[in-house]
Amino acid sequence: MTDLPSKTARKLGLVIDLDTCVGCHACVISCKGWNTENYGAPLSDQRPYGDEPMGTFLNRVHSYEVQPEHGPAQTVHFPKSCLHCENAPCVTVCPTGASYKRAEDGIVLVNEDHCIGCGLCAWACPYGAREMDQAEGVMKKCTLCVDRIYNENLPEEDREPACVRTCPAGARHFGDFADPTSMVSQLVENRGGMDLMPELGTAPVNKYLPPRPKDDWDDTAPLAAFLQPVAQEPSGFLNWLDKALDKLPGGAS
Amino acid sequence: MHPAPSVILFTTLSGLGFGLLFWLGVDSTPPTGWGAFAFFFIAHALAVGGLIASTFHLGHPERAWRALSQWRSSWLSREGICAISALVVSGAYGAALIFLGQAPGWLGWLGALLSLLTVYTTAMIYTQLATIPRWNTALTPVLFLGLSLSGGALLSGRVAIVSGLLGVAGLVQLAWWLRGDRAFAASGSTLGTATGLGDRGEVRSFAPPHTAPNYLMREFVFVIGRKHALKLRVIAVFLMVILPIGLLMTPFSHVLAVLAVLSHIAGVAVSRWLFFAQAEHVVGLYYGLR
Repeated sequence: MTDLPSKTARKLGLVIDLDTCVGCHACVISCKGWNTENYGAPLSDQRPYGDEPMGTFLNRVHSYEVQPEHGPAQTVHFPKSCLHCENAPCVTVCPTGASYKRAEDGIVLVNEDHCIGCGLCAWACPYGAREMDQAEGVMKKCTLCVDRIYNENLPEEDREPACVRTCPAGARHFGDFADPTSMVSQLVENRGGMDLMPELGTAPVNKYLPPRPKDDWDDTAPLAAFLQPVAQEPSGFLNWLDKALDKLPGGAS
Repeated sequence: MHPAPSVILFTTLSGLGFGLLFWLGVDSTPPTGWGAFAFFFIAHALAVGGLIASTFHLGHPERAWRALSQWRSSWLSREGICAISALVVSGAYGAALIFLGQAPGWLGWLGALLSLLTVYTTAMIYTQLATIPRWNTALTPVLFLGLSLSGGALLSGRVAIVSGLLGVAGLVQLAWWLRGDRAFAASGSTLGTATGLGDRGEVRSFAPPHTAPNYLMREFVFVIGRKHALKLRVIAVFLMVILPIGLLMTPFSHVLAVLAVLSHIAGVAVSRWLFFAQAEHVVGLYYGLR
């Protein structure tokens, strides 16, 4: 049923640290790899080697520039995938019951055998987290790697979403937000974790940690004072050459 | 939003068909025999034709029956149930008028009510989306119902009221446009709230996730339609409201009546095209596009 559960026992989700993300897109690739080979229909590509290559991705990394009123602009890399909202508008609009939010752990999933590919859930999602697979005609979205996190065939350290497992910067964290002592809950509390587009009332489970303030924007390079000044006027042979060249037709440069 | 022809056709034709079914249902002296056949055939052809067109954009139309199951939460599901009920009930009413020459009035009224509910549920599919501020208003169902009722009145030849209804629908359309042009700014969503970085300074998109457009940009960011939006609005109102009213003021002739109907349909189709093409989805913010 596309009614939302009134309460979920656990709230599994991600913390994404915008201070740490280096924008390498490794999470995008590992997500595409795992989810093409496992749960549900593969994530297709259209014209992968042609003009305008397109494809289905469950995770994409944007880069933004933030220009404060004073001081230099800052670049922020911004990975975005399904936020597994508590008040998920994508679930309630689904006419077939293919979209659902699990009562046991809060993961929002699509039953691809029931999906008619009407696209309304993607319209309802403010975050662009759902993409219609152009080859399969069904809606694809982040599963929080539901086929990894409970998978006892995998070594224990691999039982987390592929994006988290692969992140070389440690910018992604997976855990239970319903448990206030969990690492993700602690990170949100200590670092001021925030919601995206809170004005829409979707109550996202995933949280973003804002970039930390920089120590000082105005300092110059510490070794600059010790450097020899760069010669302004040539001397010796170069001085003669400079003058000689200036005398040639065409004028001084 | 990408203006998919299937959805424009569906909302235009079905709206008109269900509007006609409404007026046939509430008619105290309904047509019978061949006259009834002609009216009910046109109404059902428009409504069913529109519904069939709407399945063209589905990834898996063969599973469309599943869409009837989630009426508790989904307006799309409710629309499917209302549409089928309206078609069955007014189909039975029409069949009785055609073959028996009479039918119980309550059956007509029930069909009329279900037809209106169908148009209302169609409108609510769009109205419910907080992600598209232009649609997210109570004026949207008023607009859909207004156009459906006036188009249905035009098709069923209710000359006494049709000009008034068209005028009202035209005014609602103008109000809907005026409100819609301010809706995105009024919604408060910006790239700042979308990224949570707005309180640090001005946020701008520096590099998109991929070098080529993706499904999200194709579906939700449609810029072409806005260039000629004002001209298209004038054309829509002229064809939808002004020309039909003008034609109705001339002495009655079947040719002019057909012209009035065709002009109205073309006008509604232009208006519906703008409905989608001008709608801005908040996800465009992430791409620095609207």
